[in-house]
Amino acid sequence: MSREIAFTFNSNKIAITVEDHWTLLHLIREELGYTGTKEGCGSGECGACTVIVDGMAVNSCLYLAAEIDGKELVTIEGLTSPDGSLHPIQKAFVENGGIQCGFCSPGMIMSAKALLDENSNATEDDIKDAIAGNLCRCTGYVQIIDSIKSVSGYYQKEAPQVVAWKNDEDDRGE
Amino acid sequence: MQNLCSVGKRIPKIDAVDKATGRARYIQDMKLPGMLYGKILYSKFPHARITKIDTSKAKALPGVRVVLTGEDVPEIKMGVYKDNRPLKAGKVCSYRDEVAAVAATDPQIAKEAVGLIEVIYEPLPAVFDPEEALKDNAPLVHEEHKTNVLRMPWKLHYGDVEAAKAEAAHVVEDRFSTTWVTHCCMGTSGAIAEFDPANNLTIYSNTQIPSLAQKDFLDALKAMGIADRRVRVIKPCIGGGFGSKLDTYAYEYIAILLAFYTRRPVKIEFDRTEEFIATSTRQPTVTYISQGCDENGKLLFRDISMILDNGAYTSWGATTPSVMMMPITTLYRVPNVRYEAKCVYTNNTYSQAMRGYGNPQATYAIESTIDMLAEKAAIDPIEFRRINSNQSGDVSTQGLRITTCGLEDCMDAVKTKLEWDKPNADGEGVGLASLIHVGGGARVYKSDGCGTIIKMDDFGRIDIFTGATDMGQGSDTVIAQIAAEELGLQAEDIHVIHTDTDVCPWDVGSHASRTTFVAGNAALGAAKKIKARILELGAKLLEAPLEKLMLRERCVIHLDDPERRIEIGKLLRKAHFSHGGQMLMAEYFYDPANENMGKDFRGNMSMTYTFGSHGVRVKVDEETGKVEILNYVAAHDVGKAINPMLLEGQVYGGVMMGLGYALTEQVILEKGENMNPNFRDYKILTAKDVVPIEAPVLETYDQDGPFGAKGIGEPGCVPTAPAIANAIYDAVGVRIKDLPITPERVLAAIREKKGLDLCGQEVDKEDADACIIEE
Repeated sequence: MSREIAFTFNSNKIAITVEDHWTLLHLIREELGYTGTKEGCGSGECGACTVIVDGMAVNSCLYLAAEIDGKELVTIEGLTSPDGSLHPIQKAFVENGGIQCGFCSPGMIMSAKALLDENSNATEDDIKDAIAGNLCRCTGYVQIIDSIKSVSGYYQKEAPQVVAWKNDEDDRGE
Repeated sequence: MQNLCSVGKRIPKIDAVDKATGRARYIQDMKLPGMLYGKILYSKFPHARITKIDTSKAKALPGVRVVLTGEDVPEIKMGVYKDNRPLKAGKVCSYRDEVAAVAATDPQIAKEAVGLIEVIYEPLPAVFDPEEALKDNAPLVHEEHKTNVLRMPWKLHYGDVEAAKAEAAHVVEDRFSTTWVTHCCMGTSGAIAEFDPANNLTIYSNTQIPSLAQKDFLDALKAMGIADRRVRVIKPCIGGGFGSKLDTYAYEYIAILLAFYTRRPVKIEFDRTEEFIATSTRQPTVTYISQGCDENGKLLFRDISMILDNGAYTSWGATTPSVMMMPITTLYRVPNVRYEAKCVYTNNTYSQAMRGYGNPQATYAIESTIDMLAEKAAIDPIEFRRINSNQSGDVSTQGLRITTCGLEDCMDAVKTKLEWDKPNADGEGVGLASLIHVGGGARVYKSDGCGTIIKMDDFGRIDIFTGATDMGQGSDTVIAQIAAEELGLQAEDIHVIHTDTDVCPWDVGSHASRTTFVAGNAALGAAKKIKARILELGAKLLEAPLEKLMLRERCVIHLDDPERRIEIGKLLRKAHFSHGGQMLMAEYFYDPANENMGKDFRGNMSMTYTFGSHGVRVKVDEETGKVEILNYVAAHDVGKAINPMLLEGQVYGGVMMGLGYALTEQVILEKGENMNPNFRDYKILTAKDVVPIEAPVLETYDQDGPFGAKGIGEPGCVPTAPAIANAIYDAVGVRIKDLPITPERVLAAIREKKGLDLCGQEVDKEDADACIIEE
């Protein structure tokens, strides 16, 4: 069975015919051709396919495409400004070492965005809760958490108190 | 050290923007015109004869282009020991054995077709325990091999261990075991193979060894009757490696075979279940170890015999004893060492390289027993290690030459940051374990080299073609920083291309924490050639002697008068667009002067060695056996941090992987069958499990490293398990000798120590018999 649906995709209105059994991930990657959203497990365990639907972070591999009808969908491709400049969260991941192999990064960044959109003063515990469903094998999460903290209002008043030890650059390279 | 502009800076990874925006293309994101989808049928038994395969129903399914079995294709020998083939014929030896494969126009059709293949098996007796497999009457995994023991005689004896044993004031002896764990790359495995009409092969694959893979695939073509053709290996963006992509695999050869028989591009992409079941694990080990010291705590001998579960086929996992020899002979000064390792075939999954390459398994046994020995000698564990610490200038019994050694400084850093001497609160304990690892390449192949080509454009920017493979660790960025430093450029002026064997020079592969050192030195060598040319051109234009010029701020600058300068781009344009014009290009192949092991396994396998110490403070719940990590310090002597931010990322990532190895991760094989092929049941750590990690970096400026650097890719996960085991002992007095250190194991040990049974009852009580343990 197939059906007509209409929804907002990264600020653009879209009307499309979808098969009932398609997942949202299939719709995004295979039908719309946006490959920034990744499939890491296909069963909601790793979070690589995280997208934002009406402000909520969801695993698109477990979400039926037909359910997106009338809703607003944001994927990683929707975060960058039209002029190509990065969203502050993307910039934070780049500048704080939050990215290694990068396969988990789009999903991780979308989870972080959903969190900060809802709570711009997220604490370290809030951040860990929000990305608990996003697995990463490279970074050990430390620099990912640092990245998100660097754009949370909670840590803006004083210098970010980082979970990990940082080198004092002044002592280096001599 | 001179004043550095690019090296030593926390420069973001040069591919990070592409990855943050979803632009980076992984194998999962690639489609070629006319591409078919391959799918593999795996064995239903751990050991069986294949009596009959009926593929007729699969072939009849619309959309199916070809169905292949082992009987349909030429035999391609693959693996380190050439004991494996892409599609099995006659017999299967493990559950992950590939029995047949399908290529179809759609992934769903391919999946359905695989389900339609009918295979009749005749099950054979199987063996799953390597110690059982050693027995005379054990089933043979490969009958033609006559024995289950691989003919790889890992055996050394330096000095006289028996004499040292007789002399020792204190001796400890014990058995340790480690189990299967797997890499869990977030991007699953995959490949696309395509032939042109002349039978030249292009393969897109997530490999860590493009040049060796090229050779393997050339050999495969030869076996298929295609001689003198070209193989081009293209690497898309790699979603994590950790050693998993250090060999060539059945799925790659099957993609090649399917493409050959269909004359279409064929893609095979693993789903997560396949990734767990059909990729290789870390090598499980059983280690019998004894160590002894004199009355002053000076180590006298180390004696180790080890059995490794090889699984049904042989990949690099079987060669991990070569790297284990390094900590066994050289972690601390040990005058007498004996080591023997047997790799044994079983009907389990076969093992591969994984971050640390045997070092975590060996270090677990060594560093656990070092603590036991220190206790016997009544010496503080750190003090005991200090007495035996390696020093710069040492040459170990194996012939490893320690050029620079910051081991004692690492231990000091741990001691201070962990507040080692602070009295333990109730249930708390501290533990430390150290590491040595290759930091200057590792000569395990005929060459340990890496080639680099640099090409400059008219605008002062450069393209670097490197043999190195960036699988996320950041080697492209480190290479760019090294070249930028040498040429007075910024990292952003540099484009690093590592993706294509048609344009990139040879490299042995990204393994052994060698890329910063070897590929870094290769890039530095090429940059030095370019620099000499730029300076020559600059000397003419600025009318100054060469020794008065330097490259900085994208300019050639006069040392005495920095206002006398010319922009490098302008200089290049002048050179290019003049009579007898020239453009700047340079190549350099760096093969370190390290040595292959000799017959007695002596030889300096690496140009330099990375040292480190990890310390941990734990709290153990005596009621549940749960271990909580309160603080973790991982100090490393890295030579020189080329990029401290990326370096810390390697350490944090390594430590968290090591914590998983120590505490939670285990591929559960039940009679060879994977019982937990998913992230619900195979527990890698999540953000909620992050512990406070401090990563002090100590710089010893190694003479041979690029700007003094040593490798740091693997060390982070090497001593994690023994550090935790030592801390648990300090906390509650029980020694856990098997990984992973689960709450069940800790609780059982605590209860045993208290004289209670597994249910916590006093053993001699009448109702003790009523205790039932449910597995």
